[in-house]
Formats: sequence, structure tokens, C-alpha cells
Amino acid sequence: MTVIKKLHALGLSALLAGSLAACATPAPEGGSDSADGSSPNTSGSRLDTVKERGTLVCGVDGGIPGFSFVDESGNYSGLDVDICKAVAAAVLGDADAVEYRRLDSTERFTALAGGEVDMLSRNTTWTLSRDTSVGLEFAPTTFYDGQGVMVRADSGIATLEDFEGKSICVESGTTTELNITDGMRKAGVDPEVKTFQQADPAYAAYDDELCDGFTSDKSQLLARRTTLSTPEDHIILDITLSKEPLGPATINNDSAWFDVVKWVTYGLIEAEELGITSDNVSEMLESEDPTIRRFLGTEGELGSGAGLEDDFMVKVIEAVGNYSEVYDRNLGGDSEFKLERGLNALWKDGGLLYAPPFR
Amino acid sequence: MTTHSDHQIPLWRDERFWKIALQILAVVFVVSVGWLLIYNLSVNMQRAGLKFGFDFLGNQASFSILDSVAPYDVNRTSYRSFFPYVSTDSYGRVLQAGLINTLVMMISGIILTTIVGIIVGVLQFSDNWLLRKGSELYIEIIRNTPLLLQLFFWYSAVFSQLPRSEDRLNILGILYASKRGLFMIWPTNTPLLWISLGLLVVGKIGFLALWKWRTFVIVERGQSGQPQLYGLGILAVVLLLIFCFGLGWKVPQEIEPGEFQQGLRLSLEFSALLAGLVLYTAAFIAEIVRAGIQSVATGQWEAARALGLHSNLTMRLVVFPQALRVIIPPLNSQYQNLAKNSSLGAAIAYAELYNVANTTYNQSGRPIDVMIIIAAVYLSINMVISFGMNTLNRLVQIKER
Repeated sequence: MTVIKKLHALGLSALLAGSLAACATPAPEGGSDSADGSSPNTSGSRLDTVKERGTLVCGVDGGIPGFSFVDESGNYSGLDVDICKAVAAAVLGDADAVEYRRLDSTERFTALAGGEVDMLSRNTTWTLSRDTSVGLEFAPTTFYDGQGVMVRADSGIATLEDFEGKSICVESGTTTELNITDGMRKAGVDPEVKTFQQADPAYAAYDDELCDGFTSDKSQLLARRTTLSTPEDHIILDITLSKEPLGPATINNDSAWFDVVKWVTYGLIEAEELGITSDNVSEMLESEDPTIRRFLGTEGELGSGAGLEDDFMVKVIEAVGNYSEVYDRNLGGDSEFKLERGLNALWKDGGLLYAPPFR
Repeated sequence: MTTHSDHQIPLWRDERFWKIALQILAVVFVVSVGWLLIYNLSVNMQRAGLKFGFDFLGNQASFSILDSVAPYDVNRTSYRSFFPYVSTDSYGRVLQAGLINTLVMMISGIILTTIVGIIVGVLQFSDNWLLRKGSELYIEIIRNTPLLLQLFFWYSAVFSQLPRSEDRLNILGILYASKRGLFMIWPTNTPLLWISLGLLVVGKIGFLALWKWRTFVIVERGQSGQPQLYGLGILAVVLLLIFCFGLGWKVPQEIEPGEFQQGLRLSLEFSALLAGLVLYTAAFIAEIVRAGIQSVATGQWEAARALGLHSNLTMRLVVFPQALRVIIPPLNSQYQNLAKNSSLGAAIAYAELYNVANTTYNQSGRPIDVMIIIAAVYLSINMVISFGMNTLNRLVQIKER
């Protein structure tokens, strides 16, 4: 009896050792991949993982109206969400093949580094340290923002100097957390800074008057103001504390995947510049203009170079439209925010959006 | 395994062989799992171009944290944490400040929760129906709801609803409560404070010694113990006087409506977390105390009653000391739980270690390194608690010779 038990235990150990060996093998392959660095082949890239899986896992915030917001029926909408959809349409041909993960500001980088999400499209500010020591690759900026401060209209606060002896709420793990400290240092005041791990309790605390001000990206303040108990009692001060270029991000050292996300984002901008919209894209396929023909894949092999179908931009535009359509739907004239394009206009119209040539 | 041993029993039926072989297998298994995890980590970090090391602790943190427990600083005419941190300090310094906040929360939490827990535990044996049922209701509600929910309740439903600073609550002139925080009476930090504190400790030890001596002369020598009683009385008055006047208590002064000087300022985040942790852990401690008391044989109660002790004295002199032997080991894990649960303060903006570390690894991009620091710190804290409680446990066990 005891021998049988022991044999059983032995069998179990052997099984475990076997499975161990089995799961140990893929790791070295990955290791050799990183050794030869930036070879253009896509083996071991996220791009293959996404194609095999058939869905794109996209990290979003999910709580900011206009950027990424879940409605009562569980549908995601917003500018950030449309970027996820565009990438899914380009890679998989299906804009709905996206699985969204809601990440708070402190989870997002570890989720990306751990491979839990394929890409971040979560109001992430492009900074040097995030690009280098945090280990991200930033795709082109999809929204040029600036940090602002929201206060109660009756608080009498008009400048940062008025914050002496007051308190201000901020979300943890954000660039705004650093900028407000710098800004206050410059203004020579030392207010209390209350750091919350998640946005919802932070705005709730501000709504409960536990802090005199709230600082975040201006677009976020504008969007979040609509969710406060009395939105009209709050004003956004005419101060811009920083530049906040927000855009999608992928993990470092995976250029095949990064290129896809980068060029799909540029594609949205280029489509607006070329005047291709979701309504006229099928007519544009017949266009005689070589730039448009190349862009839409009727001529040339631009898509194959990135590991995609040549007509990837056709699918993207059919799914979400060009940048201006995405903007108007979520933040501009067709939304409740009615935000001006401002810096987010095309370079031709005095904005900062500029896509390198598709050639 | 293919070679047969010289003995008649084949190797695979030899018990000694299996005893050793299975142990070796177990060690190999554990080591290889550990190696696999570390290898995986290093490959993935290399792939993402991340480095490992603690040199980043010297870099400037450049973010602010909330001063939660801040005595009034006369020189700076403002409330300031006794472990000051400014945004130009290093990551190492801000993590230390977070650790101090965690320790302050832990120590005050453990003291308060022990008091509340023991009171509620003993109340369950009360003859008063209302007290008995009330304590049961409290235990059931608190024990069966998640702590995070309770913290949000304390923060947004209780402390957030305090009046604005102009209409602050005034409690006996020694505690003021408003949305700006709690302002309370507090000793001033002067050399006199430390001398007085020393005197108080010495006096307290002397008091206990005198008490023991009095019991000794009454029991062993059959004396009245009257002179010792006078001594105790005088000592008590002296200690009380030192406590009242020697510590330099300062009451918060209201200079403008809602603006204070002197005393101690507690942030609402600290107060909410403390209230939540204390009441949550106390419910568990109350149950432990109840179990401990019930574990004392009924014969002990009856014997004490037969000696003519009334119920208060029975509890204090006979039952509770015996119950302690059962109470202390599980109390240890409740203290450890409280220490670990203090990390939930991150959810309500209390700048304890986990909250600060969270910001640190996000801004520095060093999640693994910072996680190792957090793990090591919580491990050490809990080992210290465990060591203390084990020592206490040895002291109250029956000494058998």
C-alpha cells in the first residue's frame, strides 16, 4: 500500500517536472529574440500574437467621457477607444475584435510590460522617462492637451498663488502629479496634495469639498466636470501647467508591432488630409490620384511592409472614419463637449497634426 | 534505477531510498520553479530594456505627499509632519516618510483596536441585554462586510460630511473637526516634555512596585497596608499633576474662523483609515476575547464566586488572566492583519508606504525593485509584531517546573 502511494507521488513529481520542462522551453526562444535586436522579421512580435489570438487586447481608462467611456450596456466609446478599433480593423479586419481592459493610472505600465494588454490607448502623456526608463514606445500623439486646474467658482481661487494653505486632489502615477508639485514650487506655495490611486474616489473627494482644487489634463477636467453633482459651480482656471501630448503606447523593443500602431495612427491623420472619409472611401478606391491609390492599397505594397494587408487603411476608415470624424464624434461638434480643434487641427489648418508620407 | 542493488530488496522497493529521493525531488522542484520565475523575469526585463537595481532611490522624487499627522511648528507657524519631506527630496526619503506614516497608523491602530476589542468582547458577557445584543450586532455587521467598503464609508459618508471650516465642530474646546481636518490638544515638543515623560514612566513602575509590596505585606505579614496606601495616593496625585502640567499640553487656538494654531492636526484621510481599521479589527479581537473567556472552565467562575468575589473581580483576577493564554496567539495574526490592511489607505489618499511606493514605481519605472522593497518592509514589520507577541505569549503561559 505504502509503495503504491510512493509510486503515485513519484508519478506526480515526474508529471510536474515534465510540465516544468515544457513551460521552460518557450522562455529561451524569447531570449534569443531579444539578442538579435531590431531584425525586421516579425517572429516573436506582438503582431503575430494578436493575429493568432484573433482579438486585440487594448488597455483603456473607461471612465473619461469623450476618450474612453463604458455606457450602461457595456459599450465602449471615445477617442481612445476608436484608436483601439482602428488598430484592430487594420490587423484583424474587424473593428469589433477588441477586448478592452480598464486600467487605473498606476496599473497601466505594468499591465503593458507584463503582456496583459497589447497596447495602451489611455490618455498617456509622452515623456522622456516613460519612453526610456519605463520602457514604452509612444505612437504619434492623438490629442494635444495641457494640464489645468478646476476649482469651485465661489472659492476665490484664481491663480496658483491662491492655493497657499489650501488642498488639491490628484490621481496617482500621472504626469499631472509631478507638474502640480513643480507648478506650486514655482509659485512659492505649499498646498496639501492628496494623491488618490483611482480617479473615481479622487473626483468624489473633490465633489465632497475635501480638496479645494483638482488638477488633471484640461480635456479630462472638462469631461469629468459633467459627472460632478453641480457642474455649473465649477470653473477651470485659465492656467496651463504643462504640455500633455496624449497618445497610444506599446512595449519597448518590438518594432514590428510598434510600427503597426504608429502607422495606423498616422493613417487616420493622412486620411483627413487626403479628404478620405468613411462615406467616400469606396469612391476613393477608383481615384486617379497616385497618393490616394497608394494609401488605400490599390497600388503598391505599403501594407505588406508592415506585416498587414495592403488595403488596411480601407478597413480602418470604413470602421472609424478619418481623424476628423473620430474627433467630431467624441469631442467636437457632434459630442456634448463641443471642443474646438485648436492644436489638434491638421498642420495645414494651424494645428500640430502632421503625418509623414505614406510611400 | 536500472542497476539492481546487491541486497535482495530491489532499489525501487527500498524505503530508505525513497525517503531521500523524494526529498531531493522536492528540493529540485522548488529550486527549478524559483529559477524559472527569476529567469523569465530577467529575460522579459532585458527584452523591454529595463534594468534592475536600487540606485534610483537617490534620485529626486519631485512629487508631493500629504502630511497627515502634523503637530504645530511654532518656528514655521504651520502644521508640519514630524518627519518632514519636500518634493526636492529623494525617492528613498519619500519611501521613508511613507513608512513612518504606516508605522504611525499601525501603532495607534493596534493600541486602539486592542482597547475597543477587549471592551466589546467582555461586553458580550454583560448582564445588560442592550449592551450584549449591541456588541453582537456590531461584530456581525463589521465582520461580514469588506474592509475597503468600510473605509470608503468612513471617508465619504462620515468624515467628508463634516462641516466646512467656518462652521467647524467644537468638542469641549480640545477637538475641532471640519473638512480641513481634525485639530486636537497635543503636548509641545520641548526638553521638559521628555523629562516629564521619563518621570511618568519611572513613577508608573514605582506605583506598580508599591502596589505589589502592599499586597505582599497584607497577605504575608497580616499588616493593614495603610501606610502603603497613603504612599500610593500621594504618588498618584504627583503623577496626575505631571501628566496635566508637565507635558505642556497645547489646545488648538482659533485665530480666524476655521484657522488654527497650536495642537495637532490630523488629516481626514488618517482619521477615516484609523476609524475603519480600528473598528474592523476590533470586531475580530472581540470574538477572540469571547472565545478566550469561554475557554476558561466554568469551575473557575464557580470557585471565584464561592470565595465571595463579585463578577467584576472574578473577571479581572481569575478568568481574564487565564483567558490571555488562549487570546494572545490569534491576537498576533489580527495585529499582523491590521498592519497589512493599512495599505488600503492608498484608496483614500492616506500617504502610507504602499501609496507612496505606487507613485514611486510609476514615476521611476521600477516596479520590480519597488515591489521588493515593499515586500521586505511589510515582512520585517510583521516579523517584529510576531516576535513581540511570541515573547508576550511565553510570559503568560503557565510556568511548569
